[in-house]
Amino acid sequence: MHPRVLLQNRKPGRIATMDEYRQSGGYQALEKAFVKNDPSPGDIREILLEARLLGRGGAGFPIGKKMATVPEDAPHPRYLVCNADEMEPGTFKDRVLIHADPHQLIEGIVLAARAIEAEIAVIFIRREYENAARILEREIQIARDAGFAGKNILGSGRDCELVVHRSAGRYICGEGTALINALEGKRANPRRPPPYPTTRGLWQLPTEVQNVETLCCVPHVLNNGAQWFQSLALTDSGAGTKVFSVSGKVNNPGCFELPMGVRLSELIEEHAGGMIPGSRFKACMPGGASTRLMPESMYHVRLDYGDMKEKGYRLGTGAVMVFDHKTCLVQVAVNLMTFFARESCGWCTPCREGLPYILDLLNRIEAGQGRAEYIEIIRKMCGHMKYSFCAFAPGAAAPVQGLIENFHEEVTAHIENQRCPFQDGQAGGDNAGSHH
Amino acid sequence: MLPETYINEVEKRLRRTGRPREMVIDVMLEVQQFYGWFSDEALEQTAGLLQMHPLELEELATFYNYIYRQPVGKYVIHVCDSVICQMTAGYESFVEHMQEKLGIQMGQTTHDGLFSLLPVCCLGYCDLAPALMINQTVYGELTAEKFDQIIEDLRREK
Repeated sequence: MHPRVLLQNRKPGRIATMDEYRQSGGYQALEKAFVKNDPSPGDIREILLEARLLGRGGAGFPIGKKMATVPEDAPHPRYLVCNADEMEPGTFKDRVLIHADPHQLIEGIVLAARAIEAEIAVIFIRREYENAARILEREIQIARDAGFAGKNILGSGRDCELVVHRSAGRYICGEGTALINALEGKRANPRRPPPYPTTRGLWQLPTEVQNVETLCCVPHVLNNGAQWFQSLALTDSGAGTKVFSVSGKVNNPGCFELPMGVRLSELIEEHAGGMIPGSRFKACMPGGASTRLMPESMYHVRLDYGDMKEKGYRLGTGAVMVFDHKTCLVQVAVNLMTFFARESCGWCTPCREGLPYILDLLNRIEAGQGRAEYIEIIRKMCGHMKYSFCAFAPGAAAPVQGLIENFHEEVTAHIENQRCPFQDGQAGGDNAGSHH
Repeated sequence: MLPETYINEVEKRLRRTGRPREMVIDVMLEVQQFYGWFSDEALEQTAGLLQMHPLELEELATFYNYIYRQPVGKYVIHVCDSVICQMTAGYESFVEHMQEKLGIQMGQTTHDGLFSLLPVCCLGYCDLAPALMINQTVYGELTAEKFDQIIEDLRREK
C-alpha cells in the first residue's frame, strides 16, 4: 500500500472535523510558525522550494519559486488566493479534498499566507461547489474560534482573514490573472504579465494564487520536512503524492491519492478497477482537457511532471480521462473543442476565431465530410494558438494535436470512408445550443 | 422593485467594504434570485445600487454561465455536456428523454415556468457521470427513471 497524506482523514459521507484533523498532526505547523516564528516566512518559502512542491492546478510551477517573486518590501495588504475554481473537464480532486478534510486546506492557506506575509486570503470557488463553499465557511469560523485564523492568530499579533468568493461560472476564471479580474468585479479576461500578480495582483497589491491541492500539501511539508516530501515520490525528480481524478471507461472512477510517479497502468488497473468489461484501453487525457491525448504506447508512463514533460506530455491537474477502443477520438476532440470554443473569453483573436474554425473542421471530419487537406490546416491552426493572449488556446489545441499526431489513422479513416467508423452504438450528437 | 430591507442591507455592506466592485457578483446573484432572472429592471437596479454603469454590468451578465439575461424556470436544469458525461452509454437517449419528459428542447422553459433545460460544461462530477445540476444541487449517475423521480419531487414542491 502506498502512504496516504492528503486523503488520510477521508471518511465516507462526511468531513473530518477540526479535532480529527488535529489528532493527525493538524495545526502543529501553524502553531510553530505563528507562536515561535519557526519556521519564519523566509524559512517556509525555502522549505517549500527544497521540497520541490509543484503547483497542482495544471502548470506545475514550483510554489517556493512563485513565493520568492513577492518582493520583501512589497506593500500591504497582501493577498493569498486559493484557486478552487476547478473547471478543467475531468477534474474533481479539489472538491474531494475540501469535502474530506477542510481544515487541512485552511491550515495550508494560512501557512502559505504567512510565507508571503499576506493578511487576507480569498478562496475563489466555482458555483457548482456550493456544498464545499458552505463547509468552508462553517469550518473557517470554527478555525477562527480556535485561534487558527482571523485576527491575532494564537496571540501572535498576526492576522489572516479568510473569505469565500463564489464565482458565477466561467472556465477562464481559473486562469490566475483572469481570476484576479473576476475578484475585482471586472469581466474575467486574463491580464498579460508583467507585472506579475505577485508584485501587482488583486487591487494592484501583491497576490499569490495557488491551487487547493498545492495548499493542502503545505502543512505536511512543514511538519515532516522537504526530504520526506521528496521521498514520497517514486521518481527521482518528483516529490510528494498526487490526487488523481480518474473517469471514463473504468470500473471504479474516483479520486486516488498515489505517489507522484506512479505508473498510469497501476492507477487504472489497481486503483480505478481496470477497464469496464469488454473494453480495451486506447487512449487517455492525462491531466484534464487541455493536455495532449496520450496513446496506448504510453500506458506504463510514470505520472510525474518531469517524466511526462520529457516525453512531450503534461500531467496537468492529474485528471485521467480514460477512453476505450470503442470510443471515437475525433468525437472526443469535437466535444472538447466545443467546450473550449464556448468557454473562450473572446478577448484575443487567435482564440476567439481559431477555436471555432478548428471545431468546424473536426465536425466535418466526424460527419463524414472531411477532406485530406483538413488535417494539415488543423495542424497549422493549432500551431497558431501560441499567438494568443493567455495559455487557454494552446491548452485547447493540445488534445487535437495529440489526436492528429498519435491517432492519424483514425482521423484518416473518417476521411477516406466519409463516415465515422464508430458510428454504430456510439453516443454522439450536438444537443448543446449556447444559452448566452 | 427590490424590497427596501434588501436595499438597506446591501447599502450597509457597501459602506463596510472599501471596494464596492468586489461585491458585484454577489449582488447580481442575489438580485437575480429576487427576480428569477437578470432582467433589464434587475440590471438597472443593481447598477444603481453599486453606482456602476449598466453597460459594465451587462458586460458581466453576458459573461457568466449562471447569470441569466433571459427568463428561466424556477428550476434551471444544467445538463453537463462535457466529454465524460457525453460518452456514457445512452447519453444521447437520456437527453432526448429529458426533453420529452418536460416537453421542451435544450435552451427552453416549460409553459408553467417551472423548468428550464440548459447545457453546461463539466460540473466536476465525472466520477458520477452523467451528471446535472438543478439550481445548486448536483445529481449524478442519472438514469431516465431517476430523472423522472427528481422532476416529480420538484413538481410536488413547486
